[in-house]
Amino acid sequence: MAEFDGPKELIEAAHQAYAAGYRRMDAYTPFPIEELSDAIGFHHTNVPLVVLIGGLLGGISGFLMQYWVAVLNYPVNVAGKPLNSWPSFVVVTFEMTILGAALFAVLGMLALNGLPMPYHPVFNVERFAFASKDRFFLCIEARDPKFDRKVTEEFLRSLNPREVTEVPH
Amino acid sequence: MPETPTHPLPGKAPVLEPGHTFGTVTDKISSIVLTRRVSMGWLVGVGIGAAMSGVLLGAVSYLFLKGVGIWGIDIPVAWGFAIVNFVWWIGIGHAGTLISAILLLLKQEWRNSINRFAEAMTLFAVACAGMFPVLHLGRPWLAYWLFPYPNTMNYWPQFRSPLVWDVFAVSTYFTVSLLFWFIGLIPDLATLRDRATNRLTRTAYGILAMGWRGSARHWKRYESTYLLLAGLATPLVLSVHTVVSFDFAVSVVPGWHTTIFPPYFVAGAIYSGFAMVVVLAIPIRAVYGLEDMITERHLDNSAKVMLATGLIVAYGYFIEIFMAWYGGNHFEQYMIFNRMRGPYAVLYWCLILFNVVIPQLLWVKRIRKSTFWLFLLSLDILVGMWLERFIIVITSLHRDYLPSSWGMYYPTAWDWATYLGTIGFFVMCMFLFIRFLPMISIFEMRTLLPEAEVEAGD
Repeated sequence: MAEFDGPKELIEAAHQAYAAGYRRMDAYTPFPIEELSDAIGFHHTNVPLVVLIGGLLGGISGFLMQYWVAVLNYPVNVAGKPLNSWPSFVVVTFEMTILGAALFAVLGMLALNGLPMPYHPVFNVERFAFASKDRFFLCIEARDPKFDRKVTEEFLRSLNPREVTEVPH
Repeated sequence: MPETPTHPLPGKAPVLEPGHTFGTVTDKISSIVLTRRVSMGWLVGVGIGAAMSGVLLGAVSYLFLKGVGIWGIDIPVAWGFAIVNFVWWIGIGHAGTLISAILLLLKQEWRNSINRFAEAMTLFAVACAGMFPVLHLGRPWLAYWLFPYPNTMNYWPQFRSPLVWDVFAVSTYFTVSLLFWFIGLIPDLATLRDRATNRLTRTAYGILAMGWRGSARHWKRYESTYLLLAGLATPLVLSVHTVVSFDFAVSVVPGWHTTIFPPYFVAGAIYSGFAMVVVLAIPIRAVYGLEDMITERHLDNSAKVMLATGLIVAYGYFIEIFMAWYGGNHFEQYMIFNRMRGPYAVLYWCLILFNVVIPQLLWVKRIRKSTFWLFLLSLDILVGMWLERFIIVITSLHRDYLPSSWGMYYPTAWDWATYLGTIGFFVMCMFLFIRFLPMISIFEMRTLLPEAEVEAGD
């Protein structure tokens, strides 16, 4: 794992690591940096799809609930007005859509990120506490096919970091 | 030279005072929670809030014991303070979501320092609001009947009623606001976890932070979620106060049955909400020394939003009067005449003074720049908006179609105790929030720094 002082240095390093063929790596920053996920090769998230599914489920179930209650289960004849009074069902359907989408967004994001994950090897590095303050880290994982202890360490040092540490696990 | 938050175009105050680094921004905000000594002022504040919450508890207990007769409601005014306070509190909550969600979508960077505590304000305001629909029920122990659950009596809520729409809208609003706020907190909880020295503190924040480590992959999903939630919260906040206005607009009561209500209520909500944000922000930034993060520019922008929404509300008042005259409906015309010349006329004219006349002072730049006058103006707007809800509810109910049904409404001590109790509850929650959680979004403040810029010559 290499520690950098600023986002520019980290992105440059990430580009070089990707160009060198490393794929199983991750970068750690105290705030989101748009270009960084592209630099490490992570381009596409499934979160929008999850949110769409949640919204559709919420909306459809909201509408069907009202329809079933008003038309099938307990229809009430009020001067012969239509039982499927869908304009009056719009509001609850809308709210259920938003609720479904929001719940799926949050739970989906947490699930896709694998959170809660109280333990992760990077926390074993003392200086990693600064990842939530003002330092930027690039970590190449041992699972990467190109990983070799000595070669990778030298490669990381060639990127001009502040420090290179091995992550115990 | 391109504008950045710390180096704005000439003539505009900066959004974040220059001179900060990632480290100092983090230190400043997290030290309020982690290292600052508990001050006497804070203890007094939370003590007053707790005492008033005790009053609330007492008033609610007596209410459950004796019934809603202890309040001033009667026939014809069967909806009194409960609905007035409900609408007032929900309205206040709207500014938090607007700042968090709508300003995010509009890429207004100045929202970054106020969105955390504004969103907290929303949660506490909605919690206060949500008490009233349950309290005002004749049989509050049956409140769960408002939700559609399968039951042996084969009954269902009336989905065609705005009161049921309210149940869904307010529950959804509270849930989504809570989720949005909590998601925003996760990276900052991780910061507090990493900087806490006390083992118990570290564990507590660690559990809440869920193991967040700032991974770039996680950030990408996080940002996507954050933007989507903002996109969802925007129509939600507009719909919630619209649905609340439907409580009135869908009826046939003169003064209520008007299509101006949805936009008029939403604008009024944002008006009172920003007033509450300013009322909170001015003392907080002074006491905690946060003038470099909650700057003159924030107060100026908030004042301008208040001015704009205030003008929309003034338009609402005007169009009600105009339409009553133009429409020729006798009952609506009497309703307007009664507001201006009837038993509650003093309150109506106070309303016009507080909500329309006095806030025009916000046109004056010197007033917008003066924290003292801005604070007083915001308090004035909060009172004015409460009066507006009072006038809408009580004057339309106390004299509607049939003169033989006319009556008067006088609030009782229990009405006041419940209302002031909710204010105390809100104050207590805000003080606790300031003490235990970072009131400014640390990671979003970091993105405002020039060092966070990545593109060359951006």
